[in-house]
Amino acid sequence: MKLDLMTSLYVFMLAAFIGFEVIRRVSPLLHTPLMSLTNALDAIAVVGAIILVGEGKSTLATILGTIAIVAATSNIVGGFMITDRMLKMFKASGPRKP
Amino acid sequence: MIAAEHIIEVTYLIATALFVLSLKWLSSPVTARRGVWAGEAGMLLAVAGTLLHQGIVDYKLIATGLVLGTIIGVPLGRVAMTAVPQRTALSHAFGALCVTLVGTSEFYLRAPNVPGFMMGVLSLEVILGALTFTGSLMAAGKLQEVLRQRPITYKGQNFVNLGLLAIAIGIAVILVLHPEKMYLFPFMIGIPLVFGVMMIIPIGGADMPTVISLLNSYAGLSAAAMGFVLQSKLLIIAGALDGASGFILSVNMSKAMNRSFTNVLFGAFGQEQATAAGAKEARPVRSASPEEAAGILTAASKVVIVPGYGMAVAQAQHKVRELYDALTKRGVDVKFGIHPVAGRMPGHMNVLLAEADIPYDKLLAMDEINGDFPQTDVALVIGANDVTNPAAREDTSSPIYGMPILDVDKAHTVMVIKRSMGAGFAGIENPLYYLDKTLMLFGDARNFVGAIVREISGGHN
Repeated sequence: MKLDLMTSLYVFMLAAFIGFEVIRRVSPLLHTPLMSLTNALDAIAVVGAIILVGEGKSTLATILGTIAIVAATSNIVGGFMITDRMLKMFKASGPRKP
Repeated sequence: MIAAEHIIEVTYLIATALFVLSLKWLSSPVTARRGVWAGEAGMLLAVAGTLLHQGIVDYKLIATGLVLGTIIGVPLGRVAMTAVPQRTALSHAFGALCVTLVGTSEFYLRAPNVPGFMMGVLSLEVILGALTFTGSLMAAGKLQEVLRQRPITYKGQNFVNLGLLAIAIGIAVILVLHPEKMYLFPFMIGIPLVFGVMMIIPIGGADMPTVISLLNSYAGLSAAAMGFVLQSKLLIIAGALDGASGFILSVNMSKAMNRSFTNVLFGAFGQEQATAAGAKEARPVRSASPEEAAGILTAASKVVIVPGYGMAVAQAQHKVRELYDALTKRGVDVKFGIHPVAGRMPGHMNVLLAEADIPYDKLLAMDEINGDFPQTDVALVIGANDVTNPAAREDTSSPIYGMPILDVDKAHTVMVIKRSMGAGFAGIENPLYYLDKTLMLFGDARNFVGAIVREISGGHN
């Protein structure tokens, strides 16, 4: 599905506004997990690399694309893992373990 | 095969919704883990959908890449919590690397027939990607202490840096007008790679929270630019969300350090160092032993602990938890006051204290806790310095004047655990230490807190 320039700009602008509104509400308590989570989400760039490698239009594209898949995948896996590990540690007081 | 294309579009649409929900759920610790699951589900869906793409002829290399990436990713997901800042910087580098490589491939696949607008966003993508890549590697190196942490500054540094950036942008403009000049493209990558290194050279450890946030924002923007190049709404949105998040954090951090955002944007960090180093410890201070400190703490009813990076360096967070437990058991109300730039990245202290099992509702941000200090019996500062310096509030000649601080000097008694009377990161004298109400507890943070805990539990049981 093709987009034109203006549509892309609209999408970007609206996403940026949503981003500001949603992320402004994230408590400073969770700013480190926020950064590792957005980093993992950002690695969605892997889809571009996958198509590049899969289409195999040139050797250069295939080589660079494969490295790109490795880099992005490590961010996806590592990013989600560490975010979840961090969030697991945040516990409220009240019934604490003995 | 139209069906496959539609399926892909639908997976992308659902993934986008899940990404937004993921960030929305992250707003509270109660729902935050659900946010991670939503993000994972969206990611899985989008990647699975992409594999249906009809243009894909070879899956072997894709599979190899995914497996290798997983092998590298797992250990990066398991690093110690103290190493999270460098891990984060490294992941910014990986993200930027991916974007730069894809952008480079796209250029050589399309050149010389690249329309002006396409060339413009492609240039933005690779310039931001390349400088974020080396910049983040440098930041990770400094945080891991592979590289020297001390900022290196020289005359005309900003001129050189901005000059490099200007040349890269100039090349981009030429390529937009004349995309057939393909020999210029490698320079458009090489120069930002150098710029990324130069940008981090003048950065010291305490500036890292701002720098990491800024690199986060650049990584997001370069991914969004990649979305424009590939005409992918999903990528534009994910990049915009990441860029917005990094931007908000950068603004927060620069406000917390009282630096203008332009100052941050142009990488002019660490400039105002080496200012006041003159007057040296001639004035008397009061110091106290662990026994005395324990006595004062147990007699208090309200205690606020202010941790700084020094606590993390001394690995004192678990001892601090023991102190928290010992005092709470005796009915003392213990809270933590956390400055936005405490630690090496935004929220770093919260993660370390949460790891040590301190409940998150006891971890209060600067503006939440500052009103409490006048009713606080004891403010215990552990490994923090400049963020407690009252000169930032009172002394207009101080280099950190105007920086928001934790008002620990308003507590009835202040105790500061510190190795020696050496000045803080900015080399600025802290008048807090010379107040009548201040007791200096000289020693290693972990040992000293441990000694206090022994006194408290030993004295009563």
